[in-house]
Amino acid sequence: MTIVEQIITSFIASAAFVIIFNGPKRSLFHCGLVGMIGWIFYFLLETNGVDMVLATVIASFTIAIASQYFAKKYKTPVIIYSVAGIIPLVPGGIAYNAMRSFVENDYNLAINLAAKAFMISGSIAIGLVFSEVINQIIRKSKLKTIVNKTH
Amino acid sequence: MEMEKQETYDIMAVCLLAGKIMLQSGAETYRVEDTMMRIASSFGAYQSHPYVTPTGILFSVEGDEPTKTKLIRIVERTTDLEKVAQVNGISRRISAGEFTIEEAYKELKMISASGSPYSLWIHVLAAAVSSGCFLIMFQGEWRDFLPAFITGGLGFLSLLYFHQLVPIKFFSEFSASLLIGLQALFFVSTGIGGELDKIIIGSVMPLVPGLLITNAVRDLMAGHLISGLAKGADAFLTAFAIGAGIAVIFSFF
Repeated sequence: MTIVEQIITSFIASAAFVIIFNGPKRSLFHCGLVGMIGWIFYFLLETNGVDMVLATVIASFTIAIASQYFAKKYKTPVIIYSVAGIIPLVPGGIAYNAMRSFVENDYNLAINLAAKAFMISGSIAIGLVFSEVINQIIRKSKLKTIVNKTH
Repeated sequence: MEMEKQETYDIMAVCLLAGKIMLQSGAETYRVEDTMMRIASSFGAYQSHPYVTPTGILFSVEGDEPTKTKLIRIVERTTDLEKVAQVNGISRRISAGEFTIEEAYKELKMISASGSPYSLWIHVLAAAVSSGCFLIMFQGEWRDFLPAFITGGLGFLSLLYFHQLVPIKFFSEFSASLLIGLQALFFVSTGIGGELDKIIIGSVMPLVPGLLITNAVRDLMAGHLISGLAKGADAFLTAFAIGAGIAVIFSFF
C-alpha cells in the first residue's frame, strides 16, 4: 500500500513541478515518469537500510540515465527531465531540521544535520555527473568504431 | 565590404538573442555557449567565442575583418523550460539550414515575447498539489494532505505577489516562507493538521531552488567556475531566505 502511495504521489509531484518551471506540455508525462523512477529507487533503498547518501547517488544516477534517454528520443534539452527527477531528492527535510536546531540553540545537532544535507546535495551531483561521463565514453567509443570503419 | 560587416553584426544579433533567452530561462551555461557557437557557425562565422555568466554575455566573432565583440547584460532571470526547449529547436533548424538570418531573428523575437504556457492559477494549483504529494512522500499522514495543499498553494501565491511588490528575491522568499510557517502553525493549533514539521517541509518544497542547485553543480563540473559559483551563491541565498522565514516562526512560538 505504501509503495502504491509513493508511486502515485511522486509521479504527480514531479509533473506538477515541471508546470511550476513552465516546462513544455508534451513532456509533462515523461518528467513525471523520470521523477517517479528516481524516487522509487531512493525509497526502496532507503527503507531497506541502505545509507541515505548511497541511495541518493544511485537514485540520481538512474534519473540521469532516464533523462538522457528521453532527451535523445524527443530531441529536448536534458535539463527538463533531470530537474523534475532531482527535486524529490533535494534534502529539504534535513535542511529544515538543521535550521530548526540552529534556532533552538542545539548547535551540535544542527552542524550534524547541515553536514548531512551537504553530503546529500553533493551525492545528487555525483550521480548526475557520473552518468554524463559514462554517456560521453559510450559516445566516444561509438565514434571510434565509426572512424575505424570508414578508414 | 560594408555588406559583409553588416552581416556579421546580424549573425551576432541572432546569437546574442538566442543566448539571452536561454540564459534568462534557466539553461545551463554550457548549453548557452554551445548553442551560440552552433548558430554562428551555421551562418558562416566559424570563429566565435561566447563568454557566458549569469549576469551577462560577451560574444566575439573573428573573421577577415577586425574582430567584433558585443556585450549584453542579463538582469532578470526566471525559470521557463519551454523557452529553453524552443530555442534549442530553433538552433537545430538553423543548423539544418532551414532559416535565413532574418527569419531566425524574427522567430527568436517571437519566442522572447511569448508569455508562460500556463496561467497563474495553474501554477498555484501545481504548487498546491505538489506540496500535498511531497507531504505523503515524506511519510506524512493523509489527514495533513489538505493543510499542506492549502499552505503550499497560498505560500507560492504570496511568493509571486511579494516578488511583484518588491523585486528583491530574498525578501519575497523570506516573506513567503514566513507565511507558510504561520499557516502551518494555525492548522496545527486548531487541530486540523497533525505534524507541524511535515506540513512545513511539504509546503516549502515549491520554493526550494532545485534547478539552481543542479545547474550550479553542472556548471562547476563543466569548468564554468564563475557561473557555477554565482549560481551556487544564488541557491544558497534562497535556501537561507526560506530557512530564516521558518526560523522566525520557531523563535517566537
